[in-house]
Amino acid sequence: MGVGIEVTNLNAWYGTNHTLQEINLNIPANHATALIGPSGCGKSTFVRCLNRMHETNPIARVTGSVKIGDVDIYADAKPVQIRRRVGMVFQRPNPFPTMSIYDNVASGLKLNGYSNRRVLDETVEQSLKKSALWDEVKDDLKKKSGASLSGGQQQRLCIARALAVDPEVLLMDEPASALDPVSTSKIEDLIFELKSQYTIVIVTHNMQQAARVAEKTGFFLNGRMVEFDSTHKIFTNPSDKRTEDYITGRFG
Amino acid sequence: MNTGQRTSRTVWRAVADHGVTTLAILATLMVLLPLMAIFGYLVYKGASSLNLDFFTKVQKPPGEVGGGMANAIVGSALLLGLASIMGVPLGIGAGIYLAEFGRGTKLANAVRFTADVLNGVPSIVMGVAAYAVIVSPHVSWLPFLGHFSALAGGVALGIMMIPTIARTSEEMLLMVPNAVREAGLGLGVPNWRSTLSISVRTASPGIITGCMLAFARVAGETAPLIFTVLGNAFWSVDVNRPIAALPLQIYVDALSPYDDWHRLAWAGSLVLIVLIVAAVSLVRYVTSRGVLKGAS
Amino acid sequence: MTRIRFQQSLEGLKENLLVMAGLAEQSIQRAIEAYRVRDLSICDLVSRSEVAINRMERDIDQAALDLLAMEQPMASDLRFILSVIKINADLERVGDAAKNISERVRTIDQLPAAELPVDIPRMATLSADMVRKCLQSFIEGDAELARSVLMMDDAVDAMNRSAYKSLTKLMEEQGHLAPQALSALMICRSLERVADHATNIAEDVIFWVQGADVRHHKSVMAKQAAAAAALESAEQNPKQ
Repeated sequence: MGVGIEVTNLNAWYGTNHTLQEINLNIPANHATALIGPSGCGKSTFVRCLNRMHETNPIARVTGSVKIGDVDIYADAKPVQIRRRVGMVFQRPNPFPTMSIYDNVASGLKLNGYSNRRVLDETVEQSLKKSALWDEVKDDLKKKSGASLSGGQQQRLCIARALAVDPEVLLMDEPASALDPVSTSKIEDLIFELKSQYTIVIVTHNMQQAARVAEKTGFFLNGRMVEFDSTHKIFTNPSDKRTEDYITGRFG
Repeated sequence: MNTGQRTSRTVWRAVADHGVTTLAILATLMVLLPLMAIFGYLVYKGASSLNLDFFTKVQKPPGEVGGGMANAIVGSALLLGLASIMGVPLGIGAGIYLAEFGRGTKLANAVRFTADVLNGVPSIVMGVAAYAVIVSPHVSWLPFLGHFSALAGGVALGIMMIPTIARTSEEMLLMVPNAVREAGLGLGVPNWRSTLSISVRTASPGIITGCMLAFARVAGETAPLIFTVLGNAFWSVDVNRPIAALPLQIYVDALSPYDDWHRLAWAGSLVLIVLIVAAVSLVRYVTSRGVLKGAS
Repeated sequence: MTRIRFQQSLEGLKENLLVMAGLAEQSIQRAIEAYRVRDLSICDLVSRSEVAINRMERDIDQAALDLLAMEQPMASDLRFILSVIKINADLERVGDAAKNISERVRTIDQLPAAELPVDIPRMATLSADMVRKCLQSFIEGDAELARSVLMMDDAVDAMNRSAYKSLTKLMEEQGHLAPQALSALMICRSLERVADHATNIAEDVIFWVQGADVRHHKSVMAKQAAAAAALESAEQNPKQ
């Protein structure tokens, strides 16, 4: 099951660049929440603050609190622990190129010390089924490398890999932006299915995609969160003029 | 007129294109021809001396016909083994440090600079340095040290391998896309584990190539061996004693006044090259077996 | 400003709708005038206009469909196009009503004149006024003006109901005047329809401008009032 995320007074810096300013929002459990906004508005930075991935950049700094469930991920936990509860799918599919499909999906478990063959087999099968890839690869699990699949399949492989460690939250940073429309639809259908078991946060440039998959949408602009409301409201009658200007394309 | 200009420019371009291509082919031939000539000459001069004795017997005293370089072949294998045991882990370790953990630090810059300098040190200087530190009587109060030995040779060769392996490993690791690293970190894998199991594994084809380059280079080094292993006319696989080595033996035999020994030198040269090529091919074959369909 | 072509398409759509609105409004004015002066040549004009109005309805619907498919409009743009499509349909009906009235005028012209207990000109003026105001509110995006149109509908409904009563009474008492009475009744009904369409257009304008769905507002308010009354009486009479 998923958990809710409570963000309070989150500020983020890259060196002297104040990338995120006073972000406050509550992401509901077992729902999909979309984050939209122009390039450079901070939505990707925000999402990377949710699993402490922005810390991989040595000049990054954060103040404020992010609570996933009842755990403050900055004060009460280490990055490695958090990343096992919060999975991430990136913009460009990035399967491990030297590993087979099986090893890719199992990598999260194997690298964290699990070695029971039966458990691994079951987890790999479950994860690939959940990401709607099982039927396409079940005969080539150990023979084909992760990089030999098509773009859409690779992305579903990455989703399976993220699901294999059984996270509670799934962060997706423009997961379908590098894919063709058919693969995009498959990924969106997948998100719809996964919502009931995980809390999903999806960053997207594609507003129609946000409208299709998410119950709540947040609009980011220049490091601030301008509006956060039900997707229906944001796209039919937003409260803030800046939101309206962005989604009707009248920006600039 | 416009069309006229275009035609002449197109013609000139075609000429330039063909010209440069021809030059490139000629340059390649100029590199390959000496290589093939050497190999051909070695085969011509040395192949006739290859017989079972060559690979099983040691060198006979001058005047006696026959004998072989069996001890030198075994000796070289032992030396290269020792060198690899020392050079490969240290070199790869340094490469990992430079690429993954020390990026941008002053220490890393110092290490890199040192490696580049070491790469440029002439092998004879390396040999002299190894003599001073390992073989010279001044250090004979330490165990294993103070005399000519296979160990000294292995150490000297190993040190020569390290900079090459370190730099190529670093280059290969830097070529691992950041996306792959992030994927590992995103799964909650600790940094060190992500580095070893993911980055190194992804870069391993390149790292192995780097090791083989270093191996091939030191396999033929003679100068360091002069000051460290001394050479041995008899069978020996004692690490603590002087040992025969193929390049060294070739050197000695070639400079000697005996025809029989010259013959052995030619055969030895041919065998040395063939063995190096065989070793490298074997490593390539073994590592490619583990590569999957479609993996880079 | 980005999406210039889209902005221009939206402006074009609005202009075309206003042209059609102009035709529809003109048709109503002409039909009422024809009734007033019994001029059959004006009826011909109304018939011809109706053809133009129908063609424009099809064109505007097509243009709106294209914009929806090609431009993925959002928020106020989406509401605007949706309201254009609906106003389009209402305007076409207004044109139909005008044609019906002019047909009635032709019929009445054949019949002997009669004194009828209905003030058709006054009802006509009110309906025409509603049409003018709702179109004005669309041109200016004025939700308040649109709301005022909603209020005017009650008056027209009342007039229609009383016209029905008095004309049926007349038909019972003076059967030979039934043809004239029926024609008058049908004209009243057409005028009441015109007022309804004007109300619909006003509701669509409010939806577009404010994103508020105020359709069937009367029934909603009536239900709320009835519920409140029932609650009050239940509190006063606990035994029931």
